[in-house]
Amino acid sequence: MINLSINNQKISVEEGTTILDAARKLNINIPTLCNHPDLCVAGNCRVCVVEQTGARTLIAACAMPVAEGMDIHTNTLKVRNARKHIVELLLSEHRSDCTKCYRNQNCELQSLANEFAFGDTIFLDLVEDHPYVIDRSSPSFIKDDSKCIRCQRCVRTCTELQHISAIAVANKGMHQKISSFHDKPMSHVVCTNCGQCVNRCPTGALVEKTYIDQVWDAIYDPGKHVIVQTAPAVRVALGEDLGYDPGERVTGKMVTALRQLGFDSVLDTDFSADLTIMEEGTEFLTRLKKVLVDGDKNTALPMFTSCSPGWIKFIEHKYPELLNNLSTCKSPQQMFGALAKTYYAQKKNLDPSTIVSVSIMPCTAKKYEADRPEMRSSGYKDIDYVLTTRELVIMVKQAGIDFRNLEPSGFDSVMGESTGAAVIFGATGGVMEAALRTAYEIVTGREVPFKNLNITPVRGMEGIKEASIKIEDCVDDWKFLEGAELKVAIAHGLTNANKLMRLVRSGEASYHFIEIMACPGGCLGGGGQPIPTNAEVRKRRMNAIYSEDEHMEFRKSHDNPDVIAIYEEFLGQPNSERAHELLHTHYTEREAY
Amino acid sequence: MYQLGNLVKELTEKHGRSRESLMPILQGVVERHSYLTDEAMVEIANQLDISAAEVYGTASFYTFLDTKERGKYVIRVCKTITCAMKGKNEILETLEDMLKVKVGETTADKQFSLLETNCIGWCHKAPAMLINEMPYTELTPEKVVEIIKSYMQKK
Amino acid sequence: MKKRGLNKVDLIFEKVDLREVLTVAYNMPQAEIIQKVLDSGLKGRGGAGFPTGLKWKYTAAEKDPDKYIVCNADEGEPGTFKDREILDRVAYKVYGGMVIAGKAVGAKTGIVYLRGEYKFLLPQLLAELDEFHRLIKEIGFDFSISYRMGSGAYICGEESALFESIEGFRGEPRNKPPYPTVSGVFGKPTSINNVETLVTALMVIKHGPESYSQLGTKDSRGSKVFSISGDTPTPGIFELELGMTVQAFVNEFGDGDTKAVQVGGASGFCVPRKRFEDTIIGFEGVPTGGSMKLFNSSRSMYNVLHNYLDFFAEESCGQCTPCRVGCQQLLKGVQKVKKGEVKSTYLTELIKLADTMKVASKCGLGQSVGNAFKTIVENFREEIIY
Repeated sequence: MINLSINNQKISVEEGTTILDAARKLNINIPTLCNHPDLCVAGNCRVCVVEQTGARTLIAACAMPVAEGMDIHTNTLKVRNARKHIVELLLSEHRSDCTKCYRNQNCELQSLANEFAFGDTIFLDLVEDHPYVIDRSSPSFIKDDSKCIRCQRCVRTCTELQHISAIAVANKGMHQKISSFHDKPMSHVVCTNCGQCVNRCPTGALVEKTYIDQVWDAIYDPGKHVIVQTAPAVRVALGEDLGYDPGERVTGKMVTALRQLGFDSVLDTDFSADLTIMEEGTEFLTRLKKVLVDGDKNTALPMFTSCSPGWIKFIEHKYPELLNNLSTCKSPQQMFGALAKTYYAQKKNLDPSTIVSVSIMPCTAKKYEADRPEMRSSGYKDIDYVLTTRELVIMVKQAGIDFRNLEPSGFDSVMGESTGAAVIFGATGGVMEAALRTAYEIVTGREVPFKNLNITPVRGMEGIKEASIKIEDCVDDWKFLEGAELKVAIAHGLTNANKLMRLVRSGEASYHFIEIMACPGGCLGGGGQPIPTNAEVRKRRMNAIYSEDEHMEFRKSHDNPDVIAIYEEFLGQPNSERAHELLHTHYTEREAY
Repeated sequence: MYQLGNLVKELTEKHGRSRESLMPILQGVVERHSYLTDEAMVEIANQLDISAAEVYGTASFYTFLDTKERGKYVIRVCKTITCAMKGKNEILETLEDMLKVKVGETTADKQFSLLETNCIGWCHKAPAMLINEMPYTELTPEKVVEIIKSYMQKK
Repeated sequence: MKKRGLNKVDLIFEKVDLREVLTVAYNMPQAEIIQKVLDSGLKGRGGAGFPTGLKWKYTAAEKDPDKYIVCNADEGEPGTFKDREILDRVAYKVYGGMVIAGKAVGAKTGIVYLRGEYKFLLPQLLAELDEFHRLIKEIGFDFSISYRMGSGAYICGEESALFESIEGFRGEPRNKPPYPTVSGVFGKPTSINNVETLVTALMVIKHGPESYSQLGTKDSRGSKVFSISGDTPTPGIFELELGMTVQAFVNEFGDGDTKAVQVGGASGFCVPRKRFEDTIIGFEGVPTGGSMKLFNSSRSMYNVLHNYLDFFAEESCGQCTPCRVGCQQLLKGVQKVKKGEVKSTYLTELIKLADTMKVASKCGLGQSVGNAFKTIVENFREEIIY
């Protein structure tokens, strides 16, 4: 243990602890900016400088490990002067149009300015000296370099968490900037649109592209029937921006709020998540049969899940040779979209051209996914607008809804019914667990052999998880699987996905089924979720998801009455021709930059 | 004209495919081709299994690893204090007049690019410039004309 | 403090029989080499002035069997060109210093990081290196040296930025600790020494620490190679004993009209005429990596300052706020003061900013921008304003 003193308070901490963390243990707040708990230490912004008695210079608390006998002071005149200067310097290179900024009141630079830089600014405006352009090319987000303060959180996110490095630090000195490959538009590079950078940007330099106004226009258009679907991860995070603690479920209030906003029908992505399990589970079992029984060389195993559009774009860029391993199933959002303008229209006797289909997602990549040319199998754009959890919060606030005092209500039908298996899609391992609950039962006629259906080995925040289930006493159709050991793996965050893909490509991995989610923690940690998102927040959202699952009437996708009905009435069997036409898709190899 | 892709492959054979090979490879391309094309950077990224944005980000940090199109001969006139005091502007004007380009530009025949650069370590013999890697010192307008003429004859 | 006159020395460029010196070093115990260098009082000749013997001692103390000797030949400080001259004339002595350092710390690998501006020297340096490798093999050393080239980035002279560059990254300085002696290039214990330091160390081994430490002063032992330029009739390279006053220096190298000397390059200090007499060139006065620029009364110190700030605004790596933004603010600030677009009292605000940059920047570059800024603005305020 190392002994030191911070603001004259003595403390002992483990070797390797930073001064910042040691100070936090004493409840001494040191402001930070480039620091983010999910990312490696940068020590760039210098906002966290503190004074060490006897040292020539100030030191960055986030980057300096404690040393025996250190005497640290966090609030001396020297520190305050330097901090004020640093915040003022950042403001001088930042286009401070705060009142119009998307991040107004949720901006870390603004908060620091409130503390350190109110009143007349000392320094000259530097924004005018730089030829900044705003990149609006991505359907998912906007990159505005004039608001960038070069903290490099986005670059570290893209590199460390996502292994993409679609953006990097370019140039040096006054010309230093965050750039894609040779400043190409973000829509033309390897960016997966995952939005993890957006979630970590402390200012308005990276924000989602918002479609709120278009959705309002549709709602107010009497000729339109506007339906909305909400993803499972939204209901466990939405509350955070509406005055609730992380991890509080607000499902019922969310449904009421959506109805009050004016949506004609409030439906559930969880319905199509259950449908995904039926399609993907069947596809998986079919693949197993083709490989194991028919010896089909053209069928690829392991099969990868395909729910996460960031992951899809990742594999299209980085591992195109493995595209055949991807399930052909569309994501739940897009299955929902294709059915909304076909099945739903038919059931409700609506002209599909009058339906506007909106989805509320924890995700920015979903905006991109909805724009993919493949996603028009209804004959129309299957999903018209995708809003993030954060955008829904803005709409709730714009409408003046007193969220806390809303009466909870349930989803509309049809396509509003769901199961616990669908709910857990929002957490890493959830799709795998849901798939196993159904597939195991199809093959053996029995429920999965886990207490209360909770397949705990696939749960949790470990980067790569693996599990295996022994298949015994199969029903007649699946006798060929008798005694087989089904091996599965799960990765979340694309850096982990990349590790797993390397193993698959080299043949070192012998899994049958792999679930990948682009974002850390799965959708609950999505790029469209409330800011801040970090390990603690993700854990609480995860607990909320599993608690929601436990409270559901149905826990297995194949028990979902709406799902049973749609097969009977409309789709026929899973993987039927019609199912393929509407619920499955194909993938495209993309450039490697 | 050699193929840039082949050049990159040749350089990766020589220097290896680890991250520390990046600088020698970038330098090798610039030595042969004056600047880094997008195509070359993408190929380097593929060979080293790193992102193209990383390659660009690294290259653009270094003044001599140009990512903009440059001529066969890149002239870099030192603009730091002693050279500035000892007639750098006259040297630049002479070059601009002779090559009919402004600083930052490349001649239409792609033979010469005219740039300024920071201290090149010839302050005692200022003003100085580099043409590709060769230093020229104690420059006068007359001397510069002769030097450029000799390069023009080289092509 | 005793003031010294000017004393020319010939140590760095002195011809030596390398085989003889290295044979002595080969047979000398590790600890003895380090002790000799410690005793000599030699401080790093790149500018920062860290005691070379200590650096070697710390590196030697590390357990990792893979260690590196890195020769910092990324001389980029405006007004410095001594390392080019040393490499051009006595590269074998640089290599000799490296192998001795390698012996001292237990490293088998040496890397010379040569600035891109000096690439024209490479063929001759490599030829000399071949010869050197043959020689040390005969003596029995297990050591080899390779070259890495820079590509035009002043900041790569900063040791950890240089490591980043060798490793194939942007030359951005690292957070310290860990220091290079613990985790340097490729994360291995590294002793990184300036070109001149390595030659000096070799000469310490050759002549002994006593004769070396007789030169110079208590805080600035020995002699140093100076790069002299600007308004002087005799620009060039001169090796001088440390401890002279600026006045003694100006008497020898000035043109009779010297109004200021910039000691230590753009990151160094401006000494005005009125301070020539009481300013010692060395660690007790104004330290320098060797850059000495003389300005006579025909020069505008505004132009000098502007040139330096322009240099820093471009050559800052850009990662930390005080340096990236501070350099731009200082530059734009003095421009506006000169044009009368802001009040001249704004200079006072800028001096405070320079103080912040000195204490809050991540590396030596940002920390030293304020040196030239403050000493020029404080001594030539009127020239900046009017």
